[in-house]
Amino acid sequence: MPMNSPVIDALLCVGALLGVGAIAAFNARKALTFVYGASAIVCAAGLAIAVAALAAEAPSTVTLPLGLPWIGAHFRIDALSAVFLAVVNLGGLASSVFALGYGRHESAPQRILPFYAAFLAAMNLVVLADDAFSFLLSWEFMSLMSWALVVGHDRAADNLRAGYVYIVMAGIGTLALLLAFGVMAGSSGHYAFDSMRAHGLDGAAAMAVLLLVLIGAGSKAGIFPLHAWLPLAHPAAPSQVSALMSGVMTKVAVYAFIRIAFDLLGPVDWRLSMVVIAAGGITALLGVLYALMQHDLKRLLAYHTVENIGIIFAGLGLALAFRADGLAAAAALAATAALFHVFNHSLFKSLLFFGAGAVQVSTGERDMDRLGGLIHVMPATALTFLIGAAAISALPPLNGFASEWMTFQAVFLSPDLPQWGLRFLAPATGALLALAAALAAACFVKAFGITFLGRARSHEAASAQETDKASLAAMFGLAAGCAIAGIFPGVFTDLLAPATQLLTGGRMPAAGPLLPLAPVAASHNTYGALAVMALLVLAGAATVLVVRLVASRATRLGAAWDCGFPDASPATQYTAGSFAQPIRRTFATIAYRVRETVVMPEPGDTAAARFSLQLHDRAWEALYLPVAKAVGFAADRLNFLQFLTIRRYLGIVFLTLVLLLTVLALWA
Amino acid sequence: MGLIAAVLATVLQLVLVLALAPFLTGVVRTAKARLQRRRGPGLFQVYRDLSRLLRKEVVIAPNASWLFVAAPYVVFATTVVAAVLIPSFTFDAGLGAAADLIAIVGLLATARFALALAGLDIGTSFGGIGSSREMMIAAVAEPAMLMLIFSLALIAGSTRLPDIALVVQSPGLGLHISLLLAFVGFVMIAVAENGRIPVDNPATHLELTMVHEAMVLEYSGRHLALIEYAGSVKLLLYVSLIGAVFLPWGIAPLGAGLAQGALAVAFYGAKLVAGGCLLGLFEVTTAKMRVFRVPQYIGTALMLGLLAALLQLVSRSL
Repeated sequence: MPMNSPVIDALLCVGALLGVGAIAAFNARKALTFVYGASAIVCAAGLAIAVAALAAEAPSTVTLPLGLPWIGAHFRIDALSAVFLAVVNLGGLASSVFALGYGRHESAPQRILPFYAAFLAAMNLVVLADDAFSFLLSWEFMSLMSWALVVGHDRAADNLRAGYVYIVMAGIGTLALLLAFGVMAGSSGHYAFDSMRAHGLDGAAAMAVLLLVLIGAGSKAGIFPLHAWLPLAHPAAPSQVSALMSGVMTKVAVYAFIRIAFDLLGPVDWRLSMVVIAAGGITALLGVLYALMQHDLKRLLAYHTVENIGIIFAGLGLALAFRADGLAAAAALAATAALFHVFNHSLFKSLLFFGAGAVQVSTGERDMDRLGGLIHVMPATALTFLIGAAAISALPPLNGFASEWMTFQAVFLSPDLPQWGLRFLAPATGALLALAAALAAACFVKAFGITFLGRARSHEAASAQETDKASLAAMFGLAAGCAIAGIFPGVFTDLLAPATQLLTGGRMPAAGPLLPLAPVAASHNTYGALAVMALLVLAGAATVLVVRLVASRATRLGAAWDCGFPDASPATQYTAGSFAQPIRRTFATIAYRVRETVVMPEPGDTAAARFSLQLHDRAWEALYLPVAKAVGFAADRLNFLQFLTIRRYLGIVFLTLVLLLTVLALWA
Repeated sequence: MGLIAAVLATVLQLVLVLALAPFLTGVVRTAKARLQRRRGPGLFQVYRDLSRLLRKEVVIAPNASWLFVAAPYVVFATTVVAAVLIPSFTFDAGLGAAADLIAIVGLLATARFALALAGLDIGTSFGGIGSSREMMIAAVAEPAMLMLIFSLALIAGSTRLPDIALVVQSPGLGLHISLLLAFVGFVMIAVAENGRIPVDNPATHLELTMVHEAMVLEYSGRHLALIEYAGSVKLLLYVSLIGAVFLPWGIAPLGAGLAQGALAVAFYGAKLVAGGCLLGLFEVTTAKMRVFRVPQYIGTALMLGLLAALLQLVSRSL
């Protein structure tokens, strides 16, 4: 029954999204509700297909007569694609619902709508692709569509720069993936994933592929030091797109890494897993440190994506290490932790970007230092943002904690590994992840506290309005998702079991909605999120009740005490920069070459004191600027090639051909 | 029968936590006062303070939000739940499966998150100082805590507290250097997390170095009572934690007889008193340090944790 196979249904969804995009291209000004409404419906269908496919476990494939004529285009849904298909479509569904309201504030819908639907279609296609050619084509299509969304508002110079950096980095990433597939296809040139899987690689070739994939997928996901484009590009797009890029597209990149490193590459040497673990740990720490230094709300969120990608890659690296040593149960735990964090991050990062978007629409501001007190004028947005902030800070009983707990438990199993390098690296990475988690909490106290609490720092913040109902519906939906995934993590780890079975040959002990999570079957230490939640609710209710019965209920409004120094102006409040100052001094002096200078006027002089702060992004200065300079230099030198005669061009073509044929002859 | 015993043990544990927490704070204060040759306000002053605060009216700044009012309840509830999860007089009061040591640390992080936000809610500069410094200290303390937990997990093979306590109590364990290092590290973290000298001074106001007190400066009445009570419970939690992990003698297994149970409770009380007196002694002999030296202090605890874990990785007998 070919018509009922999930992969065909999923491809129909892709087709529908492309159709929606095409319609939007012709009549964008009136198509807003149609585009977002239709995208939401199609994504909901895609989500249902993905969940059904995940439950069914059996892979479903199809080959379409498209693409390269003698290969065709292969598509496939197995457990791994199904997980990511669910993440993509859940994110797409939430973003579309959010955009039903938020999108009305769009000044140029014709520059957003067609690309929006096509972007969703492209992400779906990447996770469905089952040969290198369709994969790379979808990947590049996804990059291009998101680039178009980033530069949608091309009047802002920053956006153009962000778009430029993004398209260059996307190009480098695709090149790395192309080379990786080239190595895997080998001289025989098999493009279908099935033959690559059967082929297998070892030694230098496997190492080359893994490093290339780490560059290719890692640059899209935001692995340090390839992350620098991400905090430029993600905030530049409209918020529903920022949410998709940060919450979902980075996950598609994670999918690419998992598909190649775990599935296509075959067994991976443990030394390679060390690279992945170290990259993950460092990315997590530096990402959150960068985030702490920001005062632009959306840029802070984008840097946080870098942190979470680090956590995910650390989990994946641990899974690779455990798998290399045949510890299937531990590998399953680490892989489940990473996949669950993928899902969780897509929930709360989308939610937080929606909140930032709602704030931006109501106040016209993204700079936290000009906001404040929004909890009074935007109570519902504030509540959902708070839930997202608590979830991303890995606080129990929300979902971020559940996945980080599993990652830590995986770290705790690392002494079982036989190699000394891994035994030392894993706990060190655990400490880095714990530091990153604690800094994330600090960062979100800052993000929520400076933006939503305190007194309004500008007129715009004081006179803001609550956002519209559709946006709120999306935000409340995702907040509920964070709570459900946090309280019933067992449901989700059970759902992920077929995928981890595929990746590691093991699965976590089944937990279901009621049983506590156990890292591996033998382990005694468990986390019962439901019980913790029940205890918290019970304790909270009892406290409220007892205080009501026992304590005085008298409440009076009175001016703030502030130790006897009430400050008249909201400008005396802590700002984003001052909140981060202790952490900046403690951690960031070396990482960013922070320079703080204070210029005090002479005694008796009433001039204002000046404080200036300099931050340097070392990755940018050490990696990007030299590359940019080298490219510029080479371009200048090769400029003369533009002005040759046709004879000389033909001569160059001829010479190149001879050269290539010589190489080929020598190779054989 | 087992279920009833577990429920009874849990309830007893809850009662002990709630009843003894202000007493422990009173012990610390009295010990400090006596060492400074003062009479001190007495062991039960904390109870009187709490009941006085509960009877007073609450003064709230006009721009306070619901979060400001909700935070004390959240802080109190999470801290109490975390404290009940720590074995005090019996190994497993039935809740051991709900949360291991990491989850307990997570619950405390939730309480801190709520309080730090409340510090920012009124929009005063003191609140901001307190919140930002508290989060900085937490940022160094959490990785140190995780490394210490890791070293314990290496010794005990589990992150579940009753398991750790059982392993440490078993006679076959022998002497572990790593356990000693972890003990010192845990004490240092406990001092920092409770805002005691040398990290913070719970007895000062109007001092630019204060952390916790700055955060809760705007609270009054029943809200302040809850926060102070939660602070006492948190101190009790850390003393019980160190007692359960490093000095687990006297803890009774579930299902033990009444006599053994009563003895276990007495042991627990003795541990609390000893812990409180030692903390008082430590505080009068130490000076408060500059806030930017705190990361170095906690960094030492992190290094102790790393060292303990390393020793365990090299040889399980160290």
